[in-house]
Amino acid sequence: MAASILGRCWGSLLAQRCRTGDVPVLHNGQTWRRAQAPGSIASGRRAGNSPAGERGVAPWVAVVGLEIHAQISSNSKLFSGSQVQFAAPPNSLVSFFDASLPGTLPALNRRCVEAAVMTGLALNCRINKKSLFDRKHYFYADLPAGYQITQQRLPVAVNGSLSYSLCVGGKKNQMVTRTVRIKQIQLEQDSGKSLHDDTRSQTLIDLNRAGVGLMEVVMEPDMSSGEEAAAAVRELQLILQTLGSSQAIMAEGQLRVDANVSVHHPGEAYGVRTEVKNINSARFLARAIDYEIQRQIKELENGQTVMNETRAFDYKLGCTIPMRDKEGKQDYRFMPEPNLPPLILYDSKSLPANMNHQQVVNIDWIRERLPDLPSVKRVKLVEQYGILPEHSFTLLNEDGLMEFFQNVVRQTQMNPKKVIGWILNDMLCYLKQHNLTVKESPVSSLLLADLLNLLERGAISSSAAKQVFEELWKGEGKTPLQIVKEKKLELIQDQQEFEQICQAVMEGHQEEVMEIKKGNRKVLNKLIGLVQRTTRGRADPVLVKQILEKRLSQ
Amino acid sequence: MLRVSLREISAALKEGQVTPTELCQRCLSFIKATKFLNAYITIAEETALKQAEESEERYRRGQILGDLDGIPVAVKDNFNTAGIETTCASNMLKGYIPPYNATVVQKLLDQGAVLLGKTNLDEFAMGSGSTDGIFGPVRNPWSYSRQYRDKCVQNSHPEKEDSNWLITGGSSGGSAAAVSSFTCFAALGSDTGGSTRNPAAHCGVVGLKPTYGLISRHGLIPLVNSMDVPGILTRCVDDAAIVLGVLAGHDPKDSTTVQDPFKSFELTCFTDASKLCIGIPKEYHAPGLSSETLALWSKAADLFENAGAKVIEVSLPHTRYSVVCYHVLCTSEVASNMARFDGLEYGHRSSMDKSTEVMYAATRREGFNDVVRGRILSGNYFLLKQNYENYFIKAQKVRRLIAKDFVNVFHSGIDVLLTPTTLSDTIPYVEFIKEDNRTRSAQDDIFTQAANMAGLPAITVPTALSEKGLPVGLQFIGRAFQEQQLLTVAKWFEKQVKFPMIQLQGIMDHGHTVSHHQKSAFFS
Repeated sequence: MAASILGRCWGSLLAQRCRTGDVPVLHNGQTWRRAQAPGSIASGRRAGNSPAGERGVAPWVAVVGLEIHAQISSNSKLFSGSQVQFAAPPNSLVSFFDASLPGTLPALNRRCVEAAVMTGLALNCRINKKSLFDRKHYFYADLPAGYQITQQRLPVAVNGSLSYSLCVGGKKNQMVTRTVRIKQIQLEQDSGKSLHDDTRSQTLIDLNRAGVGLMEVVMEPDMSSGEEAAAAVRELQLILQTLGSSQAIMAEGQLRVDANVSVHHPGEAYGVRTEVKNINSARFLARAIDYEIQRQIKELENGQTVMNETRAFDYKLGCTIPMRDKEGKQDYRFMPEPNLPPLILYDSKSLPANMNHQQVVNIDWIRERLPDLPSVKRVKLVEQYGILPEHSFTLLNEDGLMEFFQNVVRQTQMNPKKVIGWILNDMLCYLKQHNLTVKESPVSSLLLADLLNLLERGAISSSAAKQVFEELWKGEGKTPLQIVKEKKLELIQDQQEFEQICQAVMEGHQEEVMEIKKGNRKVLNKLIGLVQRTTRGRADPVLVKQILEKRLSQ
Repeated sequence: MLRVSLREISAALKEGQVTPTELCQRCLSFIKATKFLNAYITIAEETALKQAEESEERYRRGQILGDLDGIPVAVKDNFNTAGIETTCASNMLKGYIPPYNATVVQKLLDQGAVLLGKTNLDEFAMGSGSTDGIFGPVRNPWSYSRQYRDKCVQNSHPEKEDSNWLITGGSSGGSAAAVSSFTCFAALGSDTGGSTRNPAAHCGVVGLKPTYGLISRHGLIPLVNSMDVPGILTRCVDDAAIVLGVLAGHDPKDSTTVQDPFKSFELTCFTDASKLCIGIPKEYHAPGLSSETLALWSKAADLFENAGAKVIEVSLPHTRYSVVCYHVLCTSEVASNMARFDGLEYGHRSSMDKSTEVMYAATRREGFNDVVRGRILSGNYFLLKQNYENYFIKAQKVRRLIAKDFVNVFHSGIDVLLTPTTLSDTIPYVEFIKEDNRTRSAQDDIFTQAANMAGLPAITVPTALSEKGLPVGLQFIGRAFQEQQLLTVAKWFEKQVKFPMIQLQGIMDHGHTVSHHQKSAFFS
């Protein structure tokens, strides 16, 4: 459920943000369109040839890279058999290994490896057939071993890419696709949680999360705004959810984003970067990054310097603030994890014949079973239903909306291009107003299909259909047909009755009739509207127009 | 009765000559009688008697679990034992009662063995004397042997006698002393740089360090994960083979154990030594090697040669870098492994709790001795970003070269290497503590740690008594996972040398006679 709430937040966020410009070149709070092809961003070189700002001051260019921790969707932890479950009673899911009792050893969870390989393949990575585990040391109360097992030297996947799209231009429907390079995906352990009780000056430790498998996805600094970062993260989230490798629910901490942000003048070296942490909701990701970009520009323009520091986003204040460093400058004293042999992966060629299949991970086997990724699904939707690309984005962004749409299409004779309008304009609008997910919708796909069929058959007008939809939303269990009958919303079929109504309207509006007769055809629409109002939407507008035209020409 | 081998007592149990409870009680009372040796930290009297009772019931029903059923054993106090305090001889873990058994402990119990208690060691197994633990040093049973006393009295003043007690070597000194003084029939030690073989040699017992990856380390509180192996201490090679057969094999809880199934074996006496090829590494003629040990070593080589074996001098050229390389790798892993002892989840926690950091610092200062803290400090130094390449990486490379030296030698046709285990026989405690732990460890590990660096199996076999009447052991190093070959050679050697049994005056009752086949010593 939280997933869909998140999805909705994002949907509206995108809608707002899409109105800002193309790749922005920034200047203290103002945004200009950059005189550069948007595609060059993806190459990782940015703004080298950008002209100076229109006001005679060199513009600023922002560089954004992301480190994303995605919690692996798995029954058990990365190196122990403890269960993984959100919001379980504190310290109820802790094995001896998770509490780092002396003498315990890690045993790698195959499922986590498969999830990482799957994700690596979906992100076009090279999968390393041999990868290694390392220890990263630091003292912290929720890190019981005093080190985290991670993959520093040789991660499981490297050199990938992620394509994402975002809306550009003044209008919402201009979409461009950009690419961010994926540096690597590494497997590592999650830490526990510390709860600080300031009044009693105590810290409480919950180790339920300690040892849960994470995939750290490191994105190269190929982005230049909060909006781009947000779109890239959203696409990654959809991919992870499609693969099932992570539930990627930000509100539950299953997807955590740290952003590295710096600004510089075009043609100059990158500026000093800061790391923004604690971005735990999609809504705040773009906001945090954009705030940080503006902050850095302001500092620099005021003659100050940007410090290489870690900052936290305070969502209440809407700004980033410096974090107190854990123990000054950290030296993590990396060393190989001696208790885990190298992680060896196979493909169909290298798979040893006598190997127990339960004990090996075959990259080819996983590749063959990858589901359609969001980008492929969108192309298919556009091809199959003739809908606009941006509609395909909305369909995927809302959890369950694509399936809902497809079900409606399957059950109606209406053209999908018309169905999508009902889905996106009416259905989605109502859902958002009432803060509901697609699954919670009181109007099922079957009911909506019934309604659209009535419309398609010409039994009701589209304005009547909207009334029926409103009734359906109340969820009283009536069928569209019942509502139509009860409310007498059927189109007026009686030609005579029709003629009489039209006649009455014309007689009541002589001025308009004169206007039309003088040749001002636009006024005709007003008359049609008046007829509709009189019939409470029960008139077929085409028929009304015909009758009116006939009578006006008499 | 307590002085027989594990195999013999097992037979006696099966024949009903003794019951598990009787045996357990005898061992327990003998542990109490030898309490001054300080071999045990914890005596698990209650659980041991219960286990013995259960074993007895199995014997009664004729449903025994295996050769170890009813056999009293001891376990070094750095193996986790469920419900029994496990301290590592450190303030840090004093009072710590683990909730689970180490895999090797569980395997012993599954075979019906009776766990008498936990044996003394250097704190966290860091040392070569079994002198640096919070429960005090372990005394070598040979200090009280007739063999030593007879020689000693001639050379020293009687009033000094009590202060002249000898160290066991370490760090598994408690286990070695326990086996040597007949309080148990087998004991677990751990071996990271020689910690099983060194005290075994000094206490005149057999000490086996199996191939890395053959026996699970799960539940062994680590010193150096990449070198630690559970060690086996017994009174003869056959017994070591029996215990090895019980302990070896893949453990899903230890990813470094090999998957191949292990077949336990019974040692046969080989009759034809002519197909055997023994290597004598010339680099093991190290400075400090006593002339006595050197002489024994060369006599042992002759013994093989005379029996028809090929004895060849071989070279392990990187040996001389081994100790310093071991030091870097050991301290680095120690620094990492000890990071978990922060007083939060278990173990000692300082009362100084102004802040989490203050509590960490105080806890670790109070919980660890100087040796442990010293190794943590050096290890962290080697792991610092600016030092990592120069120390850790370099040491890893050298380690690979050392391992390759062995591969080359075995590839050239050598079956087993014969070396000294220690530089000399053991020394009095007062002498030992004149040097610091680090110097001692570096000296005492000199012949043993290379096998850990290379992961190879090695065994020390008590060979003869020195002029002072103290045991000297020689070491055989075998090919990886070729324990059967290694132990077969060791057994043949054991049979030839007829190492004399310790004669413990006044400790054991004088009614028992020393089994006569062991009476004649090898090189007297």
